[in-house]
Amino acid sequence: MSDFFSLLAEEFPRVRSGLWVTLQATVLGALLAGALAFALGLTAGSGVLLVRGASRVVVEFFRGTSLYIQLFWLYYAMPLVTGYELTPVICGVVAFGLNFGAYGAEVVRGAINSVPRGQYEAAIALNLGPARRLWRVILPQAWVQMIPSFTNLLIQLLKATPLLWLISAADLMTVVQQLRDRTGETLTAYLTLLAAYFVLAYALTLLMNLLERSAKRRLGLDTGARSLFRSRSASATAVGGAR
Amino acid sequence: MNGFDRNAVGESLPLLLEGFRVTLLATVLGTLVAAVLGLVVAVAGRAPSRFVTVPVRAVTEFVRSTPLLVQLVGAAALFNTVEPLYIGIAVLGVHYAAYTSEVYRAGIDGVPKGQWEACRALSLSPRRTWQAVILPQAVRNVLPALGNYAISMFKETPFLAVITVQEMVFEARKYGADHFAYTEVFTLAGLVFLVASYPTSLLMRKLEKRLGH
Repeated sequence: MSDFFSLLAEEFPRVRSGLWVTLQATVLGALLAGALAFALGLTAGSGVLLVRGASRVVVEFFRGTSLYIQLFWLYYAMPLVTGYELTPVICGVVAFGLNFGAYGAEVVRGAINSVPRGQYEAAIALNLGPARRLWRVILPQAWVQMIPSFTNLLIQLLKATPLLWLISAADLMTVVQQLRDRTGETLTAYLTLLAAYFVLAYALTLLMNLLERSAKRRLGLDTGARSLFRSRSASATAVGGAR
Repeated sequence: MNGFDRNAVGESLPLLLEGFRVTLLATVLGTLVAAVLGLVVAVAGRAPSRFVTVPVRAVTEFVRSTPLLVQLVGAAALFNTVEPLYIGIAVLGVHYAAYTSEVYRAGIDGVPKGQWEACRALSLSPRRTWQAVILPQAVRNVLPALGNYAISMFKETPFLAVITVQEMVFEARKYGADHFAYTEVFTLAGLVFLVASYPTSLLMRKLEKRLGH
C-alpha cells in the first residue's frame, strides 16, 4: 500500500503533467463544445429551413455515432484520408468538442424554447431588434436554465478524458497506470485514480454552481449560499439521458 | 493508401456485424442490470434509517462522478480470472444504475403524497405499499428516461474493447491493424452506430411526448 504512494510522491512531476493534460483536454474541449453548442443551438431555431436542417444533421450525426468512434476516426483514420495528423491531445479536444457540442446544442435549443412566449412578445412590442431581443431578453433567462445541464455535460466530458490513454496521450490515467505496473498495487492505484476524478468533478461542480448563482442574481433570484455546495445529482433529475 | 477501399468495406462488414451482436448483447444485459439495480438503490435511498441512505447516496455519487473507462479497466485488472464480457456487463450495469436510481427517485417523488397517506390509512405493510401502489405509478413515468440511458449505454459499449470483449469496435481495431484500413472500418462502425441509435432515439422522443413529458 505504501509502495504506491511513495512512488507517487517520487514521481510527482509526472503525475502533475498527466493531471495537466487531463485538465487541458477538459477545459479546451469544454470551450469548443460551448461555442458549438451555441452556434448549433441558435441555428436550430432559424426560420430558414436549410440552416435549421443543417444544424439538425450535424447534431444528430455527432450524437449518434459514439464519441469513441469519433475519437478513433480522428486519430487513426483522418491521417490516412487527409494526410494531416493531429497531436493526441488536440484529437481529444476536437472529438470532445464536437461530441459534447452536439449534446449542448440540444440544451441551448431547449432552454431558449422554454423562455415564455410573452417575453418574445414584450420584446417585440418594445421594438427591440432581433439581436437585442436575443441578447438582452431571451438569453439571460435561457442561460439560467442551461447551466445545470451544462454542468452535467462538463462532468461527462471530464469522465471521457481517460480515452486519451487509448490514443497514447500521457494523461492522468496513463501516468497512474504506469505507477500501478511498477508497484503491482492494482486496487490502490485505481481507487486513487477514481478519487482524483471525483475531486476534479466536484471542483468543477462548485465552479458551475457559482456561475449559476451569479446568473440567477442577475435575474433578481437569490439562492442562498447552501446551494453552492450542492452536488450535481440534486439538479440532474430532469436531464434523463443527457447523453 | 489513399481514398476509400471498397474491398475493405465488403470484407470487414461481416466481422463488424458479428461484433455488433456482442455489442447488442452487452447493451441489453447491461440495461437490465441497471434497470433492476437502479430500482433497488432508489428504494434503499428512501429507507427510514440514515445508516442506509447516507452510504447509498455517497456510493451512487461516487460511481456517477468517476469515469466508466477507469472503472472498467480497474475491475478487469482486479478480477482478471472472470470472463471480460461479464465484467463489462456488470460494470456498465452498476455505472448506469447510479443514473437510473436518480430517474426512479424522481418517478417515486412524482407519486402524490396522498397515495402514501392512503396506504397508511389502509394500514398496508411497507412491502404492499411499494408493490401495489407506489411502484406501478412511478415506473410508468420512468420508462422513456430508462430508454434514453439504454441508448447512451449502447454508445459507450466500445469501451468494452479495451478489456478485450470482442464487440464491434474490437473487431474494427483488429481489422484496421491487420490491413491498415482504419478509415473504412471506423467509418463503417460509426455508421452502424448511427443507423442503430437514431431511429431508437426518435422512438424514445415519441414515447416521451406520448406520456406527457
